[in-house]
Order: sequence, then structure tokens, then C-alpha cells
Amino acid sequence: MSSNRFAATAIAMILAGAASAQDTSIIVQSTTSTANSGLYDYLLPLFQAETGIQVNVVAVGTGQAIKNAENCDGDVLLVHAKASEEKFVADGFGTERIDLMYNDFVVVGPASDPAGVVGMTDVQAALTQIAEQGVMFASRGDDSGTHKKELSLWASTDVDPTASSGGWYRETGSGMGATLNAGIGMGAYVLTDRATWISFGNKQDYQISVQGDDDLFNQYGVIPVSPEKCPNVNIDAAQTLADWLVSAEGQEAIAAYTVADQQLFFPNAPTN
Amino acid sequence: MQSIGDALGLAVALVLSGDPDLLEIVLLSLQVSLTATVLACMIGLPIGALVAIGRFRGRNAVLILMNALMGLPPVVVGLLVYLHLSRSGPLGFLGLLYTPTAMIIAQTILIAPIIAALSRQVLEDLHTEYADQFRSFCLTRLQTVQALLWDARYSLLTVGLAGFGRAVAEVGAVIIVGGNIDHLTRVMTTAIALETSKGELGLALALGMILLAIALGVNAAVQSVRMTAARQAYV
Repeated sequence: MSSNRFAATAIAMILAGAASAQDTSIIVQSTTSTANSGLYDYLLPLFQAETGIQVNVVAVGTGQAIKNAENCDGDVLLVHAKASEEKFVADGFGTERIDLMYNDFVVVGPASDPAGVVGMTDVQAALTQIAEQGVMFASRGDDSGTHKKELSLWASTDVDPTASSGGWYRETGSGMGATLNAGIGMGAYVLTDRATWISFGNKQDYQISVQGDDDLFNQYGVIPVSPEKCPNVNIDAAQTLADWLVSAEGQEAIAAYTVADQQLFFPNAPTN
Repeated sequence: MQSIGDALGLAVALVLSGDPDLLEIVLLSLQVSLTATVLACMIGLPIGALVAIGRFRGRNAVLILMNALMGLPPVVVGLLVYLHLSRSGPLGFLGLLYTPTAMIIAQTILIAPIIAALSRQVLEDLHTEYADQFRSFCLTRLQTVQALLWDARYSLLTVGLAGFGRAVAEVGAVIIVGGNIDHLTRVMTTAIALETSKGELGLALALGMILLAIALGVNAAVQSVRMTAARQAYV
């Protein structure tokens, strides 16, 4: 009776929920930096109009995205940590890794510039100066691509920031936006990718303090997940997406995407 | 710095604009959390009733466990469900990860203990009150449970609302098993988390206010059902 109808409604709702995910769709495991900048909202409708393939993006840190893809919970991996990506392919989880696009990282800080690093172009020197003066620095601390980059920058200085964790070095363990919110709240310097920074809505009095060092280069790669490790992947659709992204058309679309009149990502897929 | 007044204005403007994306997110939130509440009631009420009238060995341990499970952290539930539904997990063949169904499963697990523990308390109190009467009617255990559930139905509505409130407000579980995918698994709480991470604090707060209004609406609807039913009962 009424409880039966309840049950029937519940089951119908579950089935409806399951059915909506059964269309030709693939899952891209990707990073918050690309998703939050709005790049996918611009690119994917173009791709879908051409191929009819619905692309669902799961935006997490690069470390988590790779783990999820290793669990076969994605068809395509699109992240920015080249060494980890090459390991992913070498371990057999991906068919191949292709350079897709790049932008760069910047260090943002308060306008008052308490560490006096504004205008520096040597990022290691700037980080050393922040550490020596004990000015707060907010780190992602979440094994993301940006976090890996930050750790590699510290590694080429004489400073071991993790020894001061909880002191001037604050590891938020959160995504890029959450770390920016926290860093801005604390008056800390933060390493962020430029795309996230340009499209970030809570800048307050913050500005770019350090930029322009070659070491701040930020390369994104795209990898279809291997059907040998993960028989469930839709390799045809995954390959179609990867091919489209690196095609002349996809690369032009990436270049055409702007926020506040600034180009966020620069295509650099190899041309054959 | 965005003020609460600005956010309220933005919330009203968003609602008035009839934004289809917002409507989609609101409807999915309701679909997921209401379904989870119904399922959790179907699981939790019988368990609560049986424990309420039962006298068995280890009953105290069961009570402590039920009450402790009310504090299940959503992130832990999300992780457990993720590990089971992941393609490499035992239920991966179902292909349910990153679907609304996965979100319903996670929220059901999250709130079923709340329904069970709270309904147990309500039903046990009622049972103590009616124990002599039930004995004189020589009711079977099943009849006792049915009578108790029927008599306590209005109190149990509040129990259901407590479960719904927990489900519709949590973000930790649904963001892991749903993935916050636009037009597929994005609900109010994950949208709020997303806008916060984009630094759009005003928009995030406005969405929070809309979520609060939805919770108010659901509670008001249940309250009106209850009052209508109560009026009819006294005619």
C-alpha cells in the first residue's frame, strides 16, 4: 500500500539515476586548476557537438586523479605532473602521454609584501627569502600537481619547509581555491597556477609577487586510460577526446579561451 | 569582503532569474536526499522498532553501537562507498560510481543509523507506556511493532526530518562518490564547495541560503501534513 508505493518510487528514482549515466559518456579525471578556470565549460560543448560524446569531468588534485584512474574510475587522465604521469604510463595504466598545453605558476602575496619579494624573477631566491624572514607561506600539502611543483622548488633551495610545518609553513591539505582562501586569510604567500589565479574571485588585496622564472613552467598532459588494465574503459571515446584535444582544432580552441581578456592555457601538443 | 546582505540579494536574484542550472541542482539535491531518507527509514525504522521492544543478550552493546553510528563522518562513508563502487572494487561491475545512485547509497548509509537510533528511543518510550495494554491483547511481536510505528507516526516524521536534514546538508560523502560532475552529480552542497574554492564567496553564501530555504520548505510541508492529519483525527 502506501509503503509499497514509497518503495516503488524509491526504486524508480534509483533506476532513473542509474540510467542517466548510461549514455555515451566518458569520465575525465582532471585537476581543479583546469576545471575551476572554466576551460572545460568552453571546450567540451564544442567537442560534444562534433562527436556526440558526453564528457564528465571529475576535478580533484593531480595525486587523487591519478589514484582514481589507477582504480579504473576514469577513461582519460588530464593532469599536470609529468613525472607522475610518465610513471602512470610506464606502469601500464595509460596507453600514451601527450603534451597538451602549458601555462605557468606564480607566487601571490599581500600588497604590503612583508617578505620584500615583489618583482623577483628567481623563484628559489624568493622562497628562501620568505623562509628566512619567517613570513607565512601556505602550501597545498595534498600531493597535487601544484604541491609536487612547490616541493621540487623548495628542494633546489637550502630550506626544508616541512621542518617548520605549523609555524610559518602552513600545509592546508586542500585544493587550490581553498588554499588561496586560507592563505589570503592568513596573509601568507601562495604558489598557484596562473589560470586559477586569474579566474579566482576572492583576491582581496593580493597580487602576483613572483613570476617569470623558467622553473615555474606548468605542463599539462593527456593520457587515455589503458583498456588492458581497465577493461571497462571506453577506449574509443577516450582516444577520440585525446585526438581532438591535440588536433589543430582542439589546440585552437584551447588558445581561444580567455578570462578577463587573458589567455589561460597555451597549446603545445606535438604536431605530426 | 562580501556582506551577508549582498549574498541575500544575490540569492533572491538567482531564484527569481529561474536559472535552469540552479533548478537542476536543487532538484537533484532533493531527489538524492529524499530517496536516501525513504530508504533509510525502510531500513532504520524496523531495526529501531525491533531493538525497542526486544530484550536480548548484548542489547546494551547494540544500543551503544547504534548511537555511536549517528556520528559517522560523511567523508568516511564516502570513502567506504567509493572503495566498493570503484571499478577496481567488489561492486565495480555495476558501474555506479559517479552517478546519483552512488550518492543515494552513501547518504542512506549515513542516515540509516540516525533513523534507527532516534526511532528506537521514541518507540521504546511509547512501548513502556503501552506495555500492559499490549500484553492484555496478546499481540504478536509483529503486531506490536506495527501498532507502535502507527501510533508514533508523527514523532517518527520528525525522526525522518532529522535524517533528511543530515543528508541534504552533507558534502563529504557525495563529493567523493558523485564527483561533483556538472549536469550529472552536482548538488547544492558540492556546488557551494565548488564556488567557495573558486573564491566566489558571495555566490557560495547565496547558494547556502537557497539550501536553507529548501530545508525550510521541506520541513514546512511535513508540518502541514502533520497538522492536517491531526485536525482530521479530532473531527
